[in-house]
Amino acid sequence: MKSSYREALRAGIRDAMLRDERVFLMGEDVGAYGGSFAVSLGLLEEFGPARIRDTPLSESGFVGAGVGAALGGMRPIVEIMTVNFSLLALDQIVNNAASLLHMSGGQFNVPLVIRMTTGAGRQLGAQHSHSLEGWYAHIPGLRILAPATLADARGMLWTALEDPDPVLIFEHGSLYNVTGELDDDAGPVDIDTAAVRRPGNDLSLITYGGTLPAVLDAAGQLADEGIDAEVLDLRTLRPLDEAAILASVRKTHRAVVVDEGWRSGSISAEISARITEHAFYELDAPVGRVCSAEVPIPYSKHLELAALPSVERIVAAAKEAVRASG
Amino acid sequence: MTGPLDPLAPPLDPAHGRHLLLQMLRVRQLEEKCVELYSAAKIRGFLHVYIGEEAVAAGVLETLAPGDAVVATYREHGHALLRGVPAGAILAEMYGYVEGCCRGRGGSMHLFDAATRFFGGNAIVAGGLPLAVGLALADKMAGRSRVTVCFFGEGAVAEGEFHESLNLAALWQLPVLFCCENNLYAMGTALGRSESQTDIALKAAAYEIAAWAVDGMDVLAVEETARRAVDAVRSGGGPHFLELRTYRFRAHSMFDPERYRDKSEVARWLERDPITLLRATMEAAGQLSTQDWEQLEADAAAEVAAAVDFAEAGTLEPVEDLTRFVYSERGTGPTTGEGLEP
Repeated sequence: MKSSYREALRAGIRDAMLRDERVFLMGEDVGAYGGSFAVSLGLLEEFGPARIRDTPLSESGFVGAGVGAALGGMRPIVEIMTVNFSLLALDQIVNNAASLLHMSGGQFNVPLVIRMTTGAGRQLGAQHSHSLEGWYAHIPGLRILAPATLADARGMLWTALEDPDPVLIFEHGSLYNVTGELDDDAGPVDIDTAAVRRPGNDLSLITYGGTLPAVLDAAGQLADEGIDAEVLDLRTLRPLDEAAILASVRKTHRAVVVDEGWRSGSISAEISARITEHAFYELDAPVGRVCSAEVPIPYSKHLELAALPSVERIVAAAKEAVRASG
Repeated sequence: MTGPLDPLAPPLDPAHGRHLLLQMLRVRQLEEKCVELYSAAKIRGFLHVYIGEEAVAAGVLETLAPGDAVVATYREHGHALLRGVPAGAILAEMYGYVEGCCRGRGGSMHLFDAATRFFGGNAIVAGGLPLAVGLALADKMAGRSRVTVCFFGEGAVAEGEFHESLNLAALWQLPVLFCCENNLYAMGTALGRSESQTDIALKAAAYEIAAWAVDGMDVLAVEETARRAVDAVRSGGGPHFLELRTYRFRAHSMFDPERYRDKSEVARWLERDPITLLRATMEAAGQLSTQDWEQLEADAAAEVAAAVDFAEAGTLEPVEDLTRFVYSERGTGPTTGEGLEP
């Protein structure tokens, strides 16, 4: 069936609401407005205002209420409009959701799912465009997901809701309108493993989320030039599927990490470090990275594009890795 | 509100009065023991004791039913004890032993107990309010007639989470009782130096929440007001708010040199010691003999002594278990996943 990423997400929410009466969706403009990115459009009419629950602009309040409702036996899906707004709820996410199980000596787990938009590319400026999922991946106690495909947009949510611990799902804003074929019987997917989206032998392009389409384009261009790139979609940023990363690198002996986050202290730095820790002697070239320029994302289109990983920069980094190893 | 030196009206039921005295004495003696054990380096980290404020927890918690939830702050030893967490498990937690109520992972500021639905032990000021709202939301959505009580200090009133939480609770008419323990100081910052409007109940009323200010040194007044509020919350009356005017007799923590308040101010409040007040009132009314009082003191002391013995016999969790409880251990699941049934 033909589906957009947005429709796949909506199908996932609807499926979860039908499967489990403890599930409800809560956030700013998820109901009457239909979702700020129209993900929940039509769900208010189907499920009513108690389960498709509009909130005031109180990120810390309603994320914390999600933590409390999860402690009280519900299975909340909390939507935060963008990752930048999630900073207003950082206290509840880090100090409560991520810490309660450990702090309570294993007594109180928090089965909460938080969805939010991430990423740039839509000329929304510095307060609606950042990619902070790598930052959240720093926090023990959280699971961090980045669905990049229709199947993952459709299938990650239910598996996340079945997880006894807090799960954050980052939906890249540039993906909502991506359309493609989704299996008629598409359903829950695993949230533990990375996926090889394109097999190859010469180099591993490691990425996730919103940059997957650009990386696949780059791999296509590289193939035209005789370079056989493997594309690994991480899917889960915490815990990282280290085995999949190392398996790919051991096969290709070269790696370029593509991450829309800033380079300094990033998830790309973590991946690079793990490769050097565990597969250093397998490498034929230094690990390359393509990240965003270290600026708050600017509004002007040419500047914004210049700040973000592009097909050209990915291709150049890949060629550099191949050239470096002769 | 009672004037500062007014005597209390004696309790109608002397047995109940003695029970409340005992509850306050249990907290007082446990806290005094904590201070002693801290000085002996048995307890480390931050330690915040509740001495002077006992009437608040004793009066409010008296009105709850077994299934109700309590969310408290980092000054929560007394709340945990009166909610039913064993004193030994509380002290062992502060010793850092695996026999502690959180296996030594929480410490003084993070006491939790699933069996009594005691949700901390929250050391981010106002961070517990959204949790309480969510617990109440779960009860409302599931059609359960449970009450969530949330304790916080008046310092929390300056935090955004206070305002967000009161608004949400009122907007959704949630079964939560907010209990503001107004001890006049947010650590060392006096209320008047941190709030443009110092009438806290008035702030709550601005959210269309029924709110009362109560003499927090009068355990009978606290209990009576709390009972009315809890009954109203339980019967679907939406959130309620109590401002409990009390005073912390001791320093904020064991590191506090108390430069911010005058000794004479502390001395004035000591005259309103909630335990002394109730004891004197009951003695004057012929409801409490010297023997009764000595028995209450002895009962509390025996409990604390047994708790110290329990904690002293505690053991350290093996370091190999360090990374347990970061994520749930599947198959041995914790207790959060309650169903929709009441």
